[in-house]
Amino acid sequence: MRVIAALSGGVDSAVAAARMVDAGHEVTGVHLALSRSSAVGGRERGCCTLDDARDARRAADLLGIPFYVWDLSERFAAEVIDDFVAEYAAGRTPNPCVRCNERIKFSAVLDRALGLGFDVVATGHYARLVPSPDGIALHRAIDADKDQAYVLGVLTARQLAHAAFPLGDSLKDDVREEAASRGLAVARKPDSTDLCFVSDGDTRAFLGTRIAVRPGAVVDAVSGAVVGAHSGVHGYTIGQRRGLDLSRPAADGSPRYVVDVDVSSSTVVVGPAEMLDVDQVHGIRPTWTGSPLGAPPTPVTAQFRAHGEPIPGVAWVDGAELAVSLERPIRGLAAGQAVVLFDGTRVIGSATVDRTARRPALAGAAR
Amino acid sequence: MAAVTERTYLDHAATAPMLPAAREAWRAESEQIGNPSSLHASGRRARRVVEESREQIAGLLGVRPSAVVFTGGGTEADNLALKGVYWARRRAVGARGVLVSAIEHHAVLDPAAWLAEHEGAEMRALPVDRLGRIDVDSLGSELARGGVAVCSVMWANNEVGTVQPVHQIAALCRAAQVPFHTDAVQALGQVPMDLTGIDAATISAHKIGGPVGVGALVVDPRLAVTPVLHGGGQEREVRSGTFDAAGIAAFAVAVEHAVSGQAARAAHLLRLRRELERGIARLVPDAVLNGDPGEADTERLPGNVHVSFPGCEGDLLLMLLDAAGVDCSTGSACTSGIPEPSHVLLAMGASLPWARSSLRFSLGETSTLADVDAVLDALPAAVDRARRAGSVSLRPA
Repeated sequence: MRVIAALSGGVDSAVAAARMVDAGHEVTGVHLALSRSSAVGGRERGCCTLDDARDARRAADLLGIPFYVWDLSERFAAEVIDDFVAEYAAGRTPNPCVRCNERIKFSAVLDRALGLGFDVVATGHYARLVPSPDGIALHRAIDADKDQAYVLGVLTARQLAHAAFPLGDSLKDDVREEAASRGLAVARKPDSTDLCFVSDGDTRAFLGTRIAVRPGAVVDAVSGAVVGAHSGVHGYTIGQRRGLDLSRPAADGSPRYVVDVDVSSSTVVVGPAEMLDVDQVHGIRPTWTGSPLGAPPTPVTAQFRAHGEPIPGVAWVDGAELAVSLERPIRGLAAGQAVVLFDGTRVIGSATVDRTARRPALAGAAR
Repeated sequence: MAAVTERTYLDHAATAPMLPAAREAWRAESEQIGNPSSLHASGRRARRVVEESREQIAGLLGVRPSAVVFTGGGTEADNLALKGVYWARRRAVGARGVLVSAIEHHAVLDPAAWLAEHEGAEMRALPVDRLGRIDVDSLGSELARGGVAVCSVMWANNEVGTVQPVHQIAALCRAAQVPFHTDAVQALGQVPMDLTGIDAATISAHKIGGPVGVGALVVDPRLAVTPVLHGGGQEREVRSGTFDAAGIAAFAVAVEHAVSGQAARAAHLLRLRRELERGIARLVPDAVLNGDPGEADTERLPGNVHVSFPGCEGDLLLMLLDAAGVDCSTGSACTSGIPEPSHVLLAMGASLPWARSSLRFSLGETSTLADVDAVLDALPAAVDRARRAGSVSLRPA
């Protein structure tokens, strides 16, 4: 196959590319320049630093494959960063990595690669692609700690048909060891963690410079009292406890969390932890790795965060939306987060959380 | 995209193959010991090599030996010309204007911008027309405004190959008593080089078959130039740093070759250029040549073919041709490997998509018809694929 190996400059993508080379494929390395500073002097770059580009280039050198830098910064800015900012401005909590996989790596890059005559895009994601009678199935990685099926859950059958994840059957430690034995200099490079486009990791400050700041009140959901003030709702996420800076403790003495963010009135609502528990989830913009779910409820497990615990429940298609009813509540779920549905280790599909609710307790069942 | 061992190298404007005679001169001198500034016999021997090389280069360019200030390459020479002349003129007459064409190499544009940002200079960019020719009238009016410390206009553009009327510009500057510098890095060896009336010119070894890391500012010794590099003052107190005797010896060989063989080389390059241009026009009828299409040595570098392929991204074409064994360029090389839309094409009035759809083939004297054929063989499929991939924009609509 003709393969585009996306080289981030990290250890995973380098080993993934190496394995594609070993498998006899014709591999071309591409480093994606996603966020970049403008002109001279600016050094505001995150995962796309010059060091990463250099590490990616050196990995390609070692593997003996051609190497190019693709500048996707404008598209990344429009489809990922602008969306990230707009979602926060609207009081939602987006996952930009999911969005990047959906719109950049397995859309812009993949389509470009296909146009150029390549067959697949290979990345260092930890997930498995398993051929099945219905097409290519996306499964969780062997390494549960590194599993990235969640952030890939938004991919469609067509995208998966042109993807390769050579690390899905490996443990991270083994990948590092393999990198070292291959002489890849990035073998001991630390994993990236923060958002790649927020250079100093301060997301609130990043958003503050991009969102028109509207100060407002912090209101207690139980007492209805104004218990504090905030400098802009973008700094608050459902489930957040730290940084609330409340002027007085809650009347019931229990800790307060952000339970709602109302952009229209610029109000942050706080309440006790129990108010964060939801078990009914409606998602919009569903995507499917294969056959879509239907109207009858189907047993699934649902995951809501990159390293969140999967929760059993049932899911069904409700018009243009996805509905999920969980067996037990999840705490602190915000609109904008991605819900990814699994059948065992296999990804069924995903949606963007739009609204949530708590099933009314059945009489007598509460005690 | 099979592995290709035989490369078709059409990127001579980036760097040219080293001449065997230059390599031999470098090797011979590198086997000797002696710092050319040392006072003992070994030092004197090395210094003799430097001075003979200087005389040879000066003779070939029709200037006095003291006009040749060796540098660590073209970029340093451009920096020295812009900053050094600006500082000297600012001190002498208080002039703060820095006149540059909008399509200068970054080695000129960036020092000018730096002077404006840090040293109180007033950078004034001279516009060019659609073919990349400087607007001489606007130069005249800028000079008439007064206060110009230095004017720098390249002899020939590194991207699109357009040749500027440097002698006309030099005469205007002279009449206005403004020092005139020209970056002649691309022009040397491709067009006749008469430095009469030109106060300072930048030349570089590796574009003409010498080693990388050697160049010169050929500057009228009467023109005051404040140093950029301070130290031992080896080059008449204008430039410091140990003489690179081996590099300078090889540079002299390359300049000799460049100047003496210019006419024959230009004729050879022009023949190949016509073939390449015709072939591209036949195979990709909507492709458009950028820059001055003229064949005279006052119009365009004979070895430059710079073409926009509508609907293609230049960097994708480059990648596809690379896979087919052809080395070419989207324009000037860049630091991070990220292709920037060319400031040259934008200054010529090109739209962003147009600027991004261009490719530069630069022929050299070792280029052959077989090289041209290799490009033409690979081009149609590459354009086809790039168009398909290019329909997926990497930018938001």
